Amino acid sequence: MSATLTDPSTVPAALGADPQPASHPQEESPLTRLSPEQIERLGQELDAIHEEVFADLGERDSRYIRAVIRAHRQLVLGARALLAGSRYRPLWLAGTAALSIAKILENMEIGHNVMHGQWDWMNDPDINSQTWDWDTASPAQAWRHSHNYEHHTFTNIRGKDRDLGYEIMRIDPQQRWYPIYVLQPLYNLVLMGFFEWGVALHDLNFDAIRSGEKPKEQAIAELKAIGGKARRQVVKDYIAFPALSGALSAAASGGSRRRSGWRTFKTTLAANFTANIVRNVWAHSIIFCGHFPDQTYTFAEDEVADETRGGWYVRQLLGAANIDGGPLFHLLSGNLSFQVEHHLYPDMPSSRYAQVAPRVRDVCRRYGLPYNTGPFSRQLGSVHRTILRLAFPGGEPRAKPMPGVQ
Amino acid sequence: MPERGAAPQVSPVRRRALRLIGSFTSPLAPDDYLELVNPLWSTRELRGRVERVRHEEGSGAVTVSIRPGWEWPGHLPGQYVRLGIEVDGVHHWRAYSLTSDPLAGDGCIAITPKLVPSGKVSPYLCSRVRPGTIVRLGGVEGTFVLPDPLPARLLFVSAGSGVTPIISMLRSLARREVLGDVVHVHCARTPEQVIFSRELRGLHERHRGYRLHTRLTATQGRLAPAELDGLCPDWRERETFACGPTGLLDALGEHWRSDADPARMHVERFGVGGDGIVAGDGERGCGGTIDFCASALSASSDGTQPILVAGESAGAQLPFGCRMGICHSCVGRLRSGQVRDLRSGRVHGQPGELLRTCVNAPEGAIEIDL
Repeated sequence: MSATLTDPSTVPAALGADPQPASHPQEESPLTRLSPEQIERLGQELDAIHEEVFADLGERDSRYIRAVIRAHRQLVLGARALLAGSRYRPLWLAGTAALSIAKILENMEIGHNVMHGQWDWMNDPDINSQTWDWDTASPAQAWRHSHNYEHHTFTNIRGKDRDLGYEIMRIDPQQRWYPIYVLQPLYNLVLMGFFEWGVALHDLNFDAIRSGEKPKEQAIAELKAIGGKARRQVVKDYIAFPALSGALSAAASGGSRRRSGWRTFKTTLAANFTANIVRNVWAHSIIFCGHFPDQTYTFAEDEVADETRGGWYVRQLLGAANIDGGPLFHLLSGNLSFQVEHHLYPDMPSSRYAQVAPRVRDVCRRYGLPYNTGPFSRQLGSVHRTILRLAFPGGEPRAKPMPGVQ
Repeated sequence: MPERGAAPQVSPVRRRALRLIGSFTSPLAPDDYLELVNPLWSTRELRGRVERVRHEEGSGAVTVSIRPGWEWPGHLPGQYVRLGIEVDGVHHWRAYSLTSDPLAGDGCIAITPKLVPSGKVSPYLCSRVRPGTIVRLGGVEGTFVLPDPLPARLLFVSAGSGVTPIISMLRSLARREVLGDVVHVHCARTPEQVIFSRELRGLHERHRGYRLHTRLTATQGRLAPAELDGLCPDWRERETFACGPTGLLDALGEHWRSDADPARMHVERFGVGGDGIVAGDGERGCGGTIDFCASALSASSDGTQPILVAGESAGAQLPFGCRMGICHSCVGRLRSGQVRDLRSGRVHGQPGELLRTCVNAPEGAIEIDL
């Protein structure tokens, strides 16, 4: 991983957590435009949608998640089998593609959502936030804390939501500029490729360790957990499977056993590496689109000091952005293409977001709140434009979309 | 954490092999892939597959035959198993007496739940479960078993679905051809409601050593313990096994304490109040309000509803397991107030105490961290 992530000394202390007053005032926050009564009514309306869905959860939902989990495992088996013949180019391509999709499915629609507790209502010990672990470098428990608790509670509050720019990027003109940010387009590329490792280190929270907020023993325990997880991940993808493929290939080939075995070892290793990178780039893109298209608002801590349930909903609404797409796209994005709905209802089974989206959008329209959504290319373009622009000093907050308009 | 099935006894060699294969499957376990082929191969927990569902004539009970995974440890006649089953997407756990002979030829185990219309699991088992359904199997539990060596003379007293542990004993005794001197007094409301009616009559006809007395309470009234003098004059000399509603068991217990050797009296108590929710024999409390602090919800109980049920009917998402006070899946920390244990009637509660919400009802206002 790049030095920017691993070595906190290269990052100025309060990057991404800049409590300074904004040099550019944001547009008027809808929080101040709505009356407390309106905010309360809005909260009740959004609560009602949640209750309705939870009262309706049942066998259909349970069948869905089991089917996705089964599909993932079958896809993995198929991919690994194809890669046993990975010294042949078409098999390498097919196997790598299948493994990439399997890993994407596992991280996004299964791992992220199960670990959110979206399926805990099933009371099934095998599909439960407390027992699940996912196929990435992040140990489940540390991720659940930094993501489910920190990010989902303090969403887009400058100085509290450490997912804002992942502490190393300036993605909001209200963050103070430091010269190191000139490099951010570059290290964002590195982060993209190695996103899972970035997330794992991010969960450690170097600031909290340095300030003593996180006890040393806990930090050491978490480091050990990352080490253990990393070792198992590396052994599986870069030693065990390449060796197995190589051995199978050597056994199957007639003539130069050693050469074909060694070759398959290398092609399998390359395939697994590629699949991990593809998954990382995809996850990074989907996640950055969910929060960073320039239109989303960020909040100062004092703006949300006495926040009500309705106020919390408004902040979640404003802090997230959706991506338009078809059912397959939504599945592969883990339904994080419904980031708005996910932030309103992080505990709701992801398969239900598409169903509640029109109603959430209608609420936004009636209360004059923006509902940020757009095609993948546009959302992704705006992410990278922001990262580029804000690498340099200054930068203006961009116009917010009209209420309820795409 | 939701309840799991019992951990199977797996040979160390197999465990080690699986751990090695785990290098290929991490963070999943080899089990996760083997389950694609056969869910019964799990080494994490015991499972079973429903093979047959048979309605027990007009009694409202069904016998569900389940083929357990091959690590099934077996059971003694009279014991019960905890069964985990998915109903409408949600996993529920219930305890059922095993009604099969442990050495039944087909390798299956059987349970015979009776329909409780207001319940969740028994209506599913009685009308919707299909062969092929996978269930989780918890530990085999219970001390309501025949002594070894077998006493020369036995008396069984059962009522309603209290016959379920007894039938397993009878089937085992009949197979072993040791049904030598057994008197069985069984109570049911009407002839149709006698579960295993044909089989019990068949045993009565084929085995001279087995005497069945059926008591129909709709017409003949409830069994009074003193009537045993007429039905089974030597009841004091028999090792007695009784299973049925609390009222009957309490009356029998009293009778044995005052008139015979209570050590020769063995009872099995059921939660027959409503589909696994405890029917207490403790005295009824006054109820109260419950503040679920973490859910930001409140509910109230009339003193018969456990905290869990009251919370669920108020819309709280609460952890639960057996719903009968066994598995500790439902515990929550008491912040303030007093509760009554519905099984014993005991009133208790210290701030900070971990409570089983399925068997405790509030006694006045309480706050709980759930």
